[in-house]
Amino acid sequence: MLRKIFSLLAASFALPALALDGDVIVHDPSTIIFHDGRYYTYGTGAGIPILTSADGWTWNRAGSLMSAVPGGKAGPEVLAKGGNNTWAPDVIKVGDQFFVYYSAPGTQPKSAIGLLVCPTLSPEPSADKCEDRGPVVWSDGVEDSNAIDPGVLLDPEGRLWLVYGSYFGYIRLVELDPKTGLRRDPKRKPVNVAINSEAAILIHRDGWYYLLVTHGSCCQGANSTYNIRMGRSRKVTGPYLDNMGVDMIEGGGKLFAASRGRNIGPGHFGLLDLGDGVQKFSLHYEADLDRGGVSVLDIRPLLWRDGWPVAGDNLVAGTYSIESARTGTVLELAVQGSPVGGFRQRRGGPPGSGILGSGPPTPGAPPAGAPFAPQIGPPIADQEPAQVAANWPSVTGVRLAPAMLQAQQKWVIAPVAGVGGYLGAPYFRITIAGTERSLTATSRGELEATSFTGAPEQLWRIDQLIDGTYRISPKAVPNSNAPWALSAVGSSTPTLSTFDPASDRQRWRLGAP
Amino acid sequence: MRIALFVLSLSLAASGLVHAQEAARPAPTTLKRAQGDSLPVDSRGFIHRWFVLEPVPVAGRLTEPAVKEALKLAALPEAAQPREGTKVTINGAEHGWHALDTLHYNLNLYHFAWSLSKPTSNVLFWVETSIDAPREMQNVRLAIGSNAASRWWLNGEPVIALNDDRQSVIDDGLSPRVTLRKGRNVIRAAIINGGGATDFCARFLDEHDRPLLGLDTRL
Repeated sequence: MLRKIFSLLAASFALPALALDGDVIVHDPSTIIFHDGRYYTYGTGAGIPILTSADGWTWNRAGSLMSAVPGGKAGPEVLAKGGNNTWAPDVIKVGDQFFVYYSAPGTQPKSAIGLLVCPTLSPEPSADKCEDRGPVVWSDGVEDSNAIDPGVLLDPEGRLWLVYGSYFGYIRLVELDPKTGLRRDPKRKPVNVAINSEAAILIHRDGWYYLLVTHGSCCQGANSTYNIRMGRSRKVTGPYLDNMGVDMIEGGGKLFAASRGRNIGPGHFGLLDLGDGVQKFSLHYEADLDRGGVSVLDIRPLLWRDGWPVAGDNLVAGTYSIESARTGTVLELAVQGSPVGGFRQRRGGPPGSGILGSGPPTPGAPPAGAPFAPQIGPPIADQEPAQVAANWPSVTGVRLAPAMLQAQQKWVIAPVAGVGGYLGAPYFRITIAGTERSLTATSRGELEATSFTGAPEQLWRIDQLIDGTYRISPKAVPNSNAPWALSAVGSSTPTLSTFDPASDRQRWRLGAP
Repeated sequence: MRIALFVLSLSLAASGLVHAQEAARPAPTTLKRAQGDSLPVDSRGFIHRWFVLEPVPVAGRLTEPAVKEALKLAALPEAAQPREGTKVTINGAEHGWHALDTLHYNLNLYHFAWSLSKPTSNVLFWVETSIDAPREMQNVRLAIGSNAASRWWLNGEPVIALNDDRQSVIDDGLSPRVTLRKGRNVIRAAIINGGGATDFCARFLDEHDRPLLGLDTRL
């Protein structure tokens, strides 16, 4: 058993910090769609390559979308108005059909955006075929537009919008017919909404339309300067202004995501709204230095602050304090704690005792021989579990208590290899630092801390909510299918209960202890 | 109201609970003697009717080991059944039970003990009540707040343990999911106070973590 535990622990620290596992090479990924128990995204490449995942964490290639199209390639009208490439698609479900818009550039800026209408996204050969509905928009190679990089939005009023474009001039907006996926009024002139950028897409929230585009250069590996920028407007037709009031049609754009660490060149934003206050976004990095500098898919938390989307970061392994947003108290083992540095007298000890004064003075004269003389002492070392854990029971409850930097309050959160994951992240274990005591869901939906075995009730899904706090849910609760989350129903007593997005009970902050 | 409090004050004094040497202190403004067969929980589910035992002196420290020591020191005799006016002997001293209704969501033990000229610091209070459930209720929780440390039992089973100096906060301590049986369910608790104010509050939450209404308390 010990060997198994050690191998699990070693495996859990071996994972890179980057989200997503499997074959995640992709460029210009579409918005991720969940259909029939699987996630799908499509990218640039011959026949529009498909990436799919059962859990949102481990991804695999699954052929190409054009194999589901009669003839196996873009139709003649698309080829005539654009060219024989298939790049940067976007996909949306409207009613019971999927609209897949794809770029078909020739010699840019002569290009077209074609439409495939598919009854299913299944890559199985037996699946129903997609219908080629021809070009939706195009650029003739002369005008100030390059009709590639489609991005589609079905707004709250049920109106369908397409933005497109890539340098060579303007990012443009047209309205589509939700029934056909084609332009609602082909004679109407497209609206220019931004300039000299690409990978445009619209999202809507609280009465605002947000236009996200990618600036910089692509396709140069670690030398790519891709970065995602944005503006917003009360009207879908713009103007889209950034946080400084600069119109995106004049080059404005508030930075949303830039290169960071070993991930170079983020681009091609796609929204994933999971409901219950959880949103994520997909993107690709031009170069993942941990994967040989290839272009890869990633999925990250999407936060909102002051009316603007904020690119969150995936959780990385580390030692954390788990603080209740409801109470401000922190999760700890239900054991008797010891103050960091040991117990100290409230007032100074006898001269020469080495006990320093601390705390507020008490009324009256100090006791003889113990003058109140606070002194600055040397730093007090952090409390290590080995100092205090000898008498801890092997199985304990957990509770909430004021943060005191004590050993029973420091949790190592680390991904666990080989147990799958969920959209954008692996399952984590949550273990008291320096021990094997791991947060465990019990059969009645309560909590305890026991030795880590890798059982599903010790694996945790940690989703960052749009306000930056976290929802922490067990992979499984024995004998239950309830969708429970870690909850401060009682302000000192954590438990598991149904997630309520309107309440602080199930919101947690993860930070340094 | 003023008359009722005056009557309570007189009755407490007449029961000999107030030290004979001192003038009787004013009756607590937040408590009255329990009247009538039963009392429903309030609109937020809080339990207002309790038996409260006069405070038992303990060390008043509030760590987990200290609370365990206090519970040993102030243990109730096994056969102790609370009844208005009866007494139990703990460590050679007699302590009387009082059947009380609190006018607030919480029961102010400081008011209770002070009005009786009993100590309020370094003490343990035993409290008990009975809940009448109209039917079996599964997956409910007892939710309490206590100043300070406390231990709670439901139908004889330990369900909540809070340590350390703390304020009485609504729904601070929470039991695991429990089943209320149809009819009588007994809640017993010990609240240990170091110094200063002391009180507690209690209610049940339903399976959706909402206050459980429709319960009666019957002593």
